[in-house]
Formats: sequence, structure tokens, C-alpha cells
Amino acid sequence: MGIFEYAPAPESRDLANLKSHYRPFVNGEFVDGSGEPLKTINPATEEVLAEVGTASVSDVDTAVKAARKAYNGVWSKMPGSERAKYLFRVARLIQERSRELAVLESLDNGKPIKESRDSDVPTAAAHFFYHAGWADKLGYAGYGPNPKPLGVAGQVIPWNFPLLMLAWKIAPALATGNTVVLKPAETTPLTALVFAEICQQAELPPGVVNILPGAGDIGAALVGHGDVNKVAFTGSTEVGKAIQRQIAGTAKKLTLELGGKAANVVFDDAPLDQAVEGIVNGIFFNQGHVCCAGSRLLVQESIAEELLEKLRYRVSTLRLGDPLDKNTDIGAINSAEQLAKIKGLVESGDAEGAQRWTSPCPVPERGFFFAPTVFSDVQQSMRIAREEIFGPVLSVLTFRTPDEAVTKANNTPYGLSAGIWTEKGSRILWMANQLRAGVVWANTFNRFDPAAPFGGYQESGFGREGGRTGLEAYLDV
Amino acid sequence: MTATTSSSAATATPSPLADATRDEASLRRFLHGLPGVDQVGVEQRAAGLGTRSIKKAAKLWAIDTAISMVDLTTLEGADTQGKVRALAAKAKRPDPERPDTPRVAAVCVYPDMVETAVEALRGTGIHVASVATGFPAGRTSREIKLADTKIAVDAGAAEIDMVIDRGAFLEGRYLEVFEEIQAIKAACGSAHLKVILETGELATYDNVRRASWLALLAGGDFIKTSTGKVSPAATLPVTHVMLQAVRDWFVQTGELRGVKPAGGIRTTKDAIKYLVAVHEVAGEQWLNPDLFRFGASSLLNDLLLQRRTQADGHYSGPDYVTVD
Repeated sequence: MGIFEYAPAPESRDLANLKSHYRPFVNGEFVDGSGEPLKTINPATEEVLAEVGTASVSDVDTAVKAARKAYNGVWSKMPGSERAKYLFRVARLIQERSRELAVLESLDNGKPIKESRDSDVPTAAAHFFYHAGWADKLGYAGYGPNPKPLGVAGQVIPWNFPLLMLAWKIAPALATGNTVVLKPAETTPLTALVFAEICQQAELPPGVVNILPGAGDIGAALVGHGDVNKVAFTGSTEVGKAIQRQIAGTAKKLTLELGGKAANVVFDDAPLDQAVEGIVNGIFFNQGHVCCAGSRLLVQESIAEELLEKLRYRVSTLRLGDPLDKNTDIGAINSAEQLAKIKGLVESGDAEGAQRWTSPCPVPERGFFFAPTVFSDVQQSMRIAREEIFGPVLSVLTFRTPDEAVTKANNTPYGLSAGIWTEKGSRILWMANQLRAGVVWANTFNRFDPAAPFGGYQESGFGREGGRTGLEAYLDV
Repeated sequence: MTATTSSSAATATPSPLADATRDEASLRRFLHGLPGVDQVGVEQRAAGLGTRSIKKAAKLWAIDTAISMVDLTTLEGADTQGKVRALAAKAKRPDPERPDTPRVAAVCVYPDMVETAVEALRGTGIHVASVATGFPAGRTSREIKLADTKIAVDAGAAEIDMVIDRGAFLEGRYLEVFEEIQAIKAACGSAHLKVILETGELATYDNVRRASWLALLAGGDFIKTSTGKVSPAATLPVTHVMLQAVRDWFVQTGELRGVKPAGGIRTTKDAIKYLVAVHEVAGEQWLNPDLFRFGASSLLNDLLLQRRTQADGHYSGPDYVTVD
């Protein structure tokens, strides 16, 4: 290859303190679940990392009972300032154990260490810090003088940001006085179980946080449990709809963060080099396993060719490979199943006549990898323009006028995020008002902050996480 | 370069670029029609690339490459022939105990010291570069700038580092700046021209991009960030914008032009960050002293120390390299 070959710079795997067995966490203790144990694998090597005990339906009941007891007995009665202390302690422990968590996350999920180290873990800690600050100020947050918690929250999270999604769910629930039972994703349970250790270290009262590894049936049992007051789910639209059907007619409160097919709109006066960076960050961050990924690039026709040329050059410099290498930009696809799904959709793009360009980067022989891919000549009617691919695959469409850009951007069943690239401030504001998306980024993409509410429109779900608005989902107001 | 630069690699300057410099109005239209630079975005990208981890063989390669790209510089009022000769000796044998150490690319001095430097470096292949055109402020007449250049070239300078008229640029008199660069380029004869934009005084990244294109249109062989006399001097984001300009120039015209960050780059760690930027922003063709230089005086010693550290397995300290 090139003349400047970066030597491998792998982070030490030992930092992860990987154990051969992990167990569910109920009522402050690690317990034997009565479900069938599952093996979690390293998607970059296909090796088994650890065996993880799972919960059965009866364990769900035990965990919900523990959460209820903790809710009634301790947590809901505790002054907010006291709850804040626990949350601050958790936040600090996440920081203290950040290298361990980052390496473990990269091993289990396949994401590059530079993302788990610089993005996932620090943002997870930030969520606990932020929500700790709210715990004693809820009476002044504009919900009335004395907003009440809801009770026991049943939470189900996805595999793309295992620790970060846990933080998004648990931090606001605890800050507002709820207790939780959380089910991590089947393929990425490990950091959630290290988080359980952190709960022990922080001396969180038993039962406040319970973590039950398992498959979809455990999620369904948790969501459907009669003594759960609030359900929060992040994952696929399909499962989200099933949950909504399942709990329809009950008094349970629900928030759903589902799929997306975000439009990233580039006008001809955009700062092109930074737009290219934003496009790359929008779709290739976390291998494209991001529900708000900018997976539909809408480019003004007058600059489409120039932008695509720059984009292809830039994408060809992305380094794909060992997630633990500090120089890796794109890691492994999380599972064989997901890789097959990506391949299937890419084949449909070929079959429907889009032009496929794939980065010439070397691809490791073992593990689940997919080279960054850009489809041009994509039309609205193609599957790759409508369905969420959830992988490092970008679909490029063009438009002629601002109105057409808005129409095409909104022409999707989803509505989680969008991006606008232009030097014209007035156009940014006009576009942002027209776009049906929960988050609209201007001249940037994929920026997150615990203070900024995040959530969707239409099939991207409802409810918001983060900020003052996010707290509301865990309060009786 | 790679297959990605397929369509427009013609050798002649394409007609849109020739039109750009027809008159003041078209030059302004062209420069202001260049895509803007988003400050947050470019700084984020520069910071991100700065975290590449370069070790072992890659680091040794980077150190040697960086040494071969150094324009060893002395630009002081107190420069003497003795100082210049000492610098020339250092350029020839950067690390006397390790003859495999590469030589630097050039020695950079004021015009009146060119003769001394040429004498001291004869037969070595190391170029003598000279800052002409009323360095560093450039606040003097065109006649004097041209004379300054001619004196340096006649004395044997193979490279001329000129400063642009920042006043004229900031007033929007782009054609004047353009014509001055062209005139100096003509006065250079066969010497290479490096155009110093003094980016610290241009203030915005948009201006840096416009000045870069202006210098490229006027025939500058290199675009250079700074004189080293103004703070901030070279920064990574500014260099990113300039690398992007030479890459875009290459894609449009097929011509290769160089970039030289100067001032404030003192450590091996910093130099490697610049090399990563060259590699990933412009492309690996630019990883070459013909197309990338460091303007520096103190950087070389840190490169030499780090080179020894890589070879010996331990750090030896500043007393083990020469002070010149």
C-alpha cells in the first residue's frame, strides 16, 4: 500500500478485565438467571468472549419485585439531593473505569476504540453528571411544584451504543426517583454488567438498578409485566410497533426511539470540505450503526459531481480494521446477522440500478466487516433510499431547489434527524422549520449533548431523551 | 494520484481558471466564489487527525521524512556569517555521530547572507532559500521587492520565500497582489517561489483559502503559512485548508504545488501531526520535500533526539545534539 504505513497501535485487551462468565444483576447482587446462557462474541474475530447467564420470565418477575420494593422503600422517598449524590458517584466511577469500559465495549461491539474512548464512555458519564444536577431541582423545572416519579421503569436498549444507551435510560430514570429493570441487547451485554458492578461500588440501594441479559422474549416479558409503570425502548421500528401493540390499553407510559433514514442536505454554497467531513461522520461513525445516521445524502445538482469526487477520495482514506487499534476509523459490523442484512440491501441497490462505489481499503478476512460504500444515482423509489440499512452505506440523491430538498428530505416514514449544509443562515432557519425531524444539525452532524433533547417523528418513535424534556418522560406531570 | 482524480487531470490551466484572472472583477468573483471554510468543522478535523497514533517503523519513517523536509532557518537581525556557516554545517551533517541521518532540504537566510550560505553548501545538493521582498512586513515598493529578489537569486538562492502584501489583500485589491506575485515569480528565473501568506494576519480561514488560490493562480510553487514573526504562525487547521487548496488545484489542473508551514513547529510530535495531515488531506504524493517543507529552526534538534530515542531505546537529552 502506501509509503506512510502506520504501525499497529492496539489498545491492550487486558484493560477490559474480561471474565469468562457474567451473570444477571438483581436486587444488588449478581445471581444465576434461569434462562439458557448465551455466548457473546467479538465481531472483529468471531471468537467467543464470555458466557453470559440470562434471565427467564420468572427472573423478570423477581427483578420487577426488587425494583418495586426499592422504589417504595427507599428511592422514591429519598430527597433529590441524596439521589444526586449517588448519580454523581456513578458518573465519577464511569470516568475512573473509562479505559476498561472503552476496551470492553470495543471488544463486545466491534466499534473502534477511538469512538468508545472519545465518544461513548465520556458521553455516558456526562449523562449521569447532567441528570445528577437535575435530581434536586425537579420542583423548579417547570412541571409544577412537586413532580412525582412514575414507579418501576422497564427499559430495553440496542446493541449499537450499549453503555451510552444504558446511560440515556438509567440516568434520567434514577434522577427523577424511578427504579429500573434494564435488558441490554443479546449481542452486547458486557458493559451493562460492568455497570452493575459500578452500581455496587457506588453503594446504590439494592433493587434500584436491575440488569437482565436475554433475548427478545425477556424484553417482551419485561415490557408486558403488570407492575411496570414506564416502558422505554430504543431499537428497531418493527419491535417498537410490537411493544406499542402489546401495552396498548394499559396505564403504562411509553417512549420509543426507533429507526431513521436521515437526510443530509448539501447546498451549492456549503463549506464543501467540511460538508464532506460531516457526511463521513454522519454515515460512517460507528459503522453506520446509528439510528440518526445521515444515510441519505441530498446534494444540489450543480455541485453533485464535485462533491462526490471529494467524498470518494475522503472515504478511501478511512482505515478499516481491528477495533482496538487507535488508528482504526471503521470497526466491525456487530453481528453476522446484521452483515447479511447490509449485504442484502446493497444487492438490492445494485439490482435497482444505483451506482455502487466501494472504498478500496483492505478488509480483514476474519470477523464481520463491510467496506464503506457510496451509492450514487439513487432514486427515491429505491429500497436503499427508503429502508434503514444500519451499516456503512450511503445513498446519494440530488435536488435542484430548496423546496425540492425539503420535499425529498421529508419523503420518508422516518424522522429522527437531518443535516443542512449552507453558508446562508436564513436558509438554515427556514429549512429547519420545514424539516420533520427531531434533531436538525446545521453545518455539522452527529453531535450530542445530555442537555439537548433527542427523539423522533413518525416511525422514528415518540418521546424525547435528554434535556428538561427528557426528564418529563419519567415524571407524572 | 489515485483513481479518484479521474476526470480533470489535464495539463494546461483550464479555461475557467485563466478567465479568473482577466481583471479585478473576475478575480474577485472567482475568489469569493470558492467554497467557504467552516471554522468549527476544519478545527474538529484537524484535532481528530492529530490523534493518530504513530509508532515504531512508522515513527522512524516519519522522523526521517520530516528531517528531509526541514528548511533550516535563521532570520534574525543579528545573523552573522559565522552563524550562517554553523547552520550550513548542521544542514550537511545534522547528527555527526549518525551519518545515516538524512540531510535537510534547504537553509533559509536573509538575502545578504545568501552568498555565504551558497559557499558553505556548495556541492551538497542542499538548497539555499532566501526571504526576499522586504521580509517580513513587505511594506516597501515593488521596485525594491524586485531588486531584493534579484539580489538573492543572483547570489545563488535556489528558492525565494516572498511575503504577500497583506494590506492590499485585506483591502480587496486582489489583482495587485496577483500581479506582484507574478512579477516576483518572473524575477526568480529558475528559482522556486514560495509565497508567504502570513495567515495569522489574514484572520479567517476563508481568507486563507482565497490567498492560497491567489498565490497558486499567480504561479507560486509553494504556499507558505507564515514569516514566523507574527503570532499565530503555522497552525494545523490553517495547514489543512492550504493542503486542501493544493489538492483541489491538482485535481483541476494536474499540476503539483507545495505547502510549507512555518513558525512555531518545535516538536517531533507536532511535525508528525503535520505529516499525517499531508498524508490524509492532500495525499501521499505530497509526502516529499519537493512538495512539503517545514520552516523551522528548533524543530530539527527535537527530531534528532527522537530519532536517537527510537534507535537507542532511551532518551539522551539536549546535550547530545549540537546547538548551532
